[in-house]
This record gives sequence, structure tokens and C-alpha cells, in this order.
Amino acid sequence: MRAVEDALGIQIPNNARIIRNLIEGIQYVQDHVIHFYHLHALDWVDVTSALDADAAATAQLAQSISDWPNSSPAHFQTVKDKLATFVNSGQLGPFANGYWGHPAYKLPPEANLMAVAHYLEALDWQKDVIRVHAILGSKNPHPQTYLVGGMAITIDPDSESAINADKIALMRKLFVKAKQFVDQVYVPDLLAVASFYKDWAGYGGGLGNFLAYGEFPGATGDLLLPRGIILDQDLSTVHPVDQEQITEYVTHSWYQYEGGDQASLHPWQGETQPNYTGPQPPYEFLETDGKYTWLKAPRYEGRPMEVGPLARMLVAYASGQPRVKQVVDSVLQQLGVGPEALFSTLGRTAARGIETAVVAEQLVPWLDELVAQMADGNFTVVNTDHWDPAGWPAEAKGWGPMEAPRGALGHWVQIKDEKVANYQCVVPSTWNASPRDASGQPGAYEASLVGTPIADPEQPLEILRTIHSFDPCMACAVHVVDGQGRELTRVEWEGRM
Amino acid sequence: MLGLGNILLCDEGVGVRVAERLLERYDFPEEVRVLDGGTLGLDLMPYVEAADRLLVIDALDVGAEPGTIARLEGDEVPAFFSVKISPHQMGLADLLAATRLQGAYPEEVVLWGVQPAVIDVALELSPVVAAQVDVLVEKAVAELCQWGIEPIGKQQEGR
Repeated sequence: MRAVEDALGIQIPNNARIIRNLIEGIQYVQDHVIHFYHLHALDWVDVTSALDADAAATAQLAQSISDWPNSSPAHFQTVKDKLATFVNSGQLGPFANGYWGHPAYKLPPEANLMAVAHYLEALDWQKDVIRVHAILGSKNPHPQTYLVGGMAITIDPDSESAINADKIALMRKLFVKAKQFVDQVYVPDLLAVASFYKDWAGYGGGLGNFLAYGEFPGATGDLLLPRGIILDQDLSTVHPVDQEQITEYVTHSWYQYEGGDQASLHPWQGETQPNYTGPQPPYEFLETDGKYTWLKAPRYEGRPMEVGPLARMLVAYASGQPRVKQVVDSVLQQLGVGPEALFSTLGRTAARGIETAVVAEQLVPWLDELVAQMADGNFTVVNTDHWDPAGWPAEAKGWGPMEAPRGALGHWVQIKDEKVANYQCVVPSTWNASPRDASGQPGAYEASLVGTPIADPEQPLEILRTIHSFDPCMACAVHVVDGQGRELTRVEWEGRM
Repeated sequence: MLGLGNILLCDEGVGVRVAERLLERYDFPEEVRVLDGGTLGLDLMPYVEAADRLLVIDALDVGAEPGTIARLEGDEVPAFFSVKISPHQMGLADLLAATRLQGAYPEEVVLWGVQPAVIDVALELSPVVAAQVDVLVEKAVAELCQWGIEPIGKQQEGR
């Protein structure tokens, strides 16, 4: 949307800006909480150890870190009993294949039980708060109301099907609920868990280069989370982003460029010509000296970059964004570590929580912005001025930057004779999971694993911690099942989520 | 009735195709919900929690000839789906386990599946699996009848 709007010079109405912020804002909050509890927590939380917890002591622990109401001994006893029944049933579902009892787990049983209880509460919470996407986007996931020029959802206080007072009231309730859980459960849990794993502030740092396009535009175009670049872990300078400096290599990727595979191309000139040279199944190993992945290798001025919540928080912190600075400093102080601790696996996981707190507190103010617009009788949601192709230039190109929850996402479009001539996306996990480039520089995941101690190579829990801290976007869409319960595809670190 | 799968991966999407055909051919009483579950995983939780009985249609690897149809019921369903093939997967097993943990597991769970022939990027089902879609539709309808539910065939004109 933004790429086409940029190409055709379309300004979206204020209401569309606010609605997009609301949809994306609640997406951040829900996504980050799910990531923490359902995709990442079990790297730090030993579920089986929770069965040894004392419910009264767990209640005491929970009450000492938060005034969240579900913290009674009886509540934790119920959760413990439920968990015991579940584990004894032998069908562990999301807890199957965990490295339970691994020496790298450091939490006491009570902290483990508290985390399991909140894992379950988060399951209920997430499906409720994301109803905002049904209201503003018609469905979740993949909202349907985005439109070049604005949004395809009407605002009309007198219509049942439009955004009206009832829907505003419901969204307000959900936003309050969203923020409460973040402030009273997610952030306190994050700090409690982190306090047992401070050694992880020393691992997983990786590249030290960070890229953020910035997000959540205000009425005057200013961004809540600023745009910028941090190089070599140097927080004293925030470099500007020039999208022309972004290029992609395919030297080690299963594609070919017309001009040869040593070159790199800007996405406007981007080519996506598959050239699979890898092994045939059954797959034994990849030839990493040659081509070994379907990911291209994006670079900024030739440098590999990390994107994501840590990049956004570092750019905001170094830019002096007051609220981010305040929350980051408070977290660092509570953990008793300095800003250098941010360049790590722990820092990446903490940054996601910090960001969630900062975004969650904007949801109600953004909703109030929309209410004020409605009170002024301003119901415009879309600008259709440039919809008629007759008014388009013969050639146009545009860049659509956004910050997805996982990180900087860019779309580049080229329009020729009223048609899309080229369209390229450079997505967050392509940056983070990038293969090597023509000069052999590794991407963010690879760099972050260097120096990580592994207690047991058969159970590489430590690798999972760092990789999961990036919130990888992997094939989540293949799920054919083997009726005999055999593995169909072996993934080095499978079965953990 | 939940049709699962990824329609971008050929036979992987067979569950979705069966759900579509059911909706095309039948009207269902109010208490029945036929859903294209796609690859949503945990996002389907509210629907599963709300269900007294759950009928799932999916691609199912039973190591048989492509097109072979199989039925699982009760605890066989989560057990067969316990093997994960992706590190970022929140699939049917997790969905069912999470529902069980929350104490909202359906009274009955039945799965009808078909052995896929081709799992590769393609929008169309392979001929051998495509030929089984109608069979799965019949099986699904028969299963619903067992549960005391009678789908009503739609008027055939105009099709």
C-alpha cells in the first residue's frame, strides 16, 4: 500500500493513518506477547520443574512482582493440578520434545509455575484482544480493509456496520485489557525471568549493526518509533536511512542475476530468477561454499544489518525518544546492567517487552484521536484522487517502508504503462536470517551464534534461545502428518514450539 | 467442521477444498459451522473451544498409496499430529493440546484424511487426491449424520 501510495504521490487521510496505527499497534502487542509466552518462554522456563513448585510460595513470588489479581495460592494450585493431569496424559502438545531438565534451565520451580500459569492466561488474552482486527480489518490474521489511498472501512456513528460508538467502546475495553496484561504480567515476568539469566546479556549480540525504518506516524508525519541506523554498537550516533543504499546479493542464494551473481541489486532493479543448485532429497547437507538458501542477502551500504524490536529500541534510545529512553533505563536499572547489555540475546528479548509497553500505552490515545475526528464530523477514510490510471505518469516507482512486529519490512514497486512492472519485498527475516554475501559476510542469525556455549550438543537449547530471540518467521504452513508418528522432515531444532 | 491445509502446496490444501465443496453443496443447520481453517493454528482456538464435536479434514500421511482415505478418532488425532516438521509450527496438535489445557476440549474429535500424492508449490490438487474430494465430502456428511445432523443438499440448478 505504502509503496504504491509513494509511487503515485497519494496522501492518506488522517483517519486512515489512525486506523492503520491501531491495527498495527494491537498486532505488535498481541504478537510480542505470543512470541514471549508461546514461542520463546519455554527456552527459559522448564515446564516439568513447575510440577515441583509450592503453590503458596508461587503466589508470594507473583504478588511480590505485580498486582495482577490472578495470584492466589489456590489459583496456582489449580494450574499445577491441571498441568500434572496434562503431563500425565502423555500428550504434551506444545510442551512435547522440550529439553526438560537441561542444565541451562535456571529458574526455581515457583518461577516456572508462575510462567506456565501466565502462558495459559496469555492464550485466552490474545484471542480476545485481537478482536480489534475483526472490527477494523474484518478478519484476523490478514486484515482485508487496507486500500491504496486509505482504508476500506467506513466511519459512521449512525450505521451498525461502520465504526460507531459501540465499536469504539468495545475497542477501548480491549485496549485497556491489552495494556493491563502487558504492564502487570508480561513485563514483570520478563524482568523476573531475565534476572535469572543475566549471563545471556553476554551472548548472542551478533552484528552490532541495526536498521529501523520507523513506525506509527503521527498527524504531522513524525514517527513514534524513529527511523535510523546504528553501526558497530555505537549508540552515540544515529545515521539516517537512505533506501537507495539497500541492495541484495544472490551469491549464496538459489537465484541468478542477469549481470552475474557477484553483483548486488537495488530492489527497484531487483530480479527473482530461481536457480536451484542444491541437493535432491533425501537432504543430507548443504554446500555452504556455493548456493545454499532461498533467502537473498540484503545489505545496507554493503553491510549486513539486524532488524526487529531491538533495532527499533536502540534507534529510539539513541535518538533520545523520551518514553523509550525512560522504559529502557528503568529496565536496565532493575536488572542492574548497563546499555551494553542490550547487544545480546537477553537484550533482544527485553527490547521486545519494552517496545510492547511503549506501544500498548498508545492504543487508547490513538483511539481518542479517532473519536475526536468523529466528533468533528470528519469521516473520510480514503483518498481516491489518483485512482484513475489516466492521470498516472508513464513510469513511476515507489518505496513502502514499514515496521512489522518482526522488523523492518520494505516493498518496492515499479509501475510502467499503468501496470506493475516490478515488485520486490525485503522482509525482516530475510535481513536477520540472511546468508553470506559476495564478500562472505554473515547475516544476523549466523553472527549472533558465534561464541555461544553449548552444554550438550545433542540438546542445543542455547542455540534455540538466540535464534528464537529474533522471532524467526519460518515455514509455519506445512503440516502434513505421518500416521505412524515418524518424522517427515528433520529440522535441527524442531519441535520446540 | 474444520478443513485444514495450505492451498499453495497442492495436496496439502485438500482439507480446505473439502470444506469449500461442502459449503457449495449443502446448507447446514445453525449449530454446525464449516470453516476453512487454512494454516491458522492457534487462531482457531475460539472455534474449537466453542465446539461440542470437532470434525477435521486434512492431508494425512499414513504411509499408504496416494489417495488412501483414513479416519482417526478421539486421542488418535492429537497423537498422530504430535510430530512437528517445522520449528515455528503451531499446528493441530498444539491447538488441541491448548484447548485441552484450558479445559475446553470437544467431547468428540474425528479426523478424515487422505494420503497426499504431491506436496509442492501448486494451486491445484493432484488428480488422485482431487478424485477423493467428493469421497471425503460424503464421509464428512455421513459423520455429521452419525452425530444426528442432516445437511440439506442445495438446489443444483445454475451450477
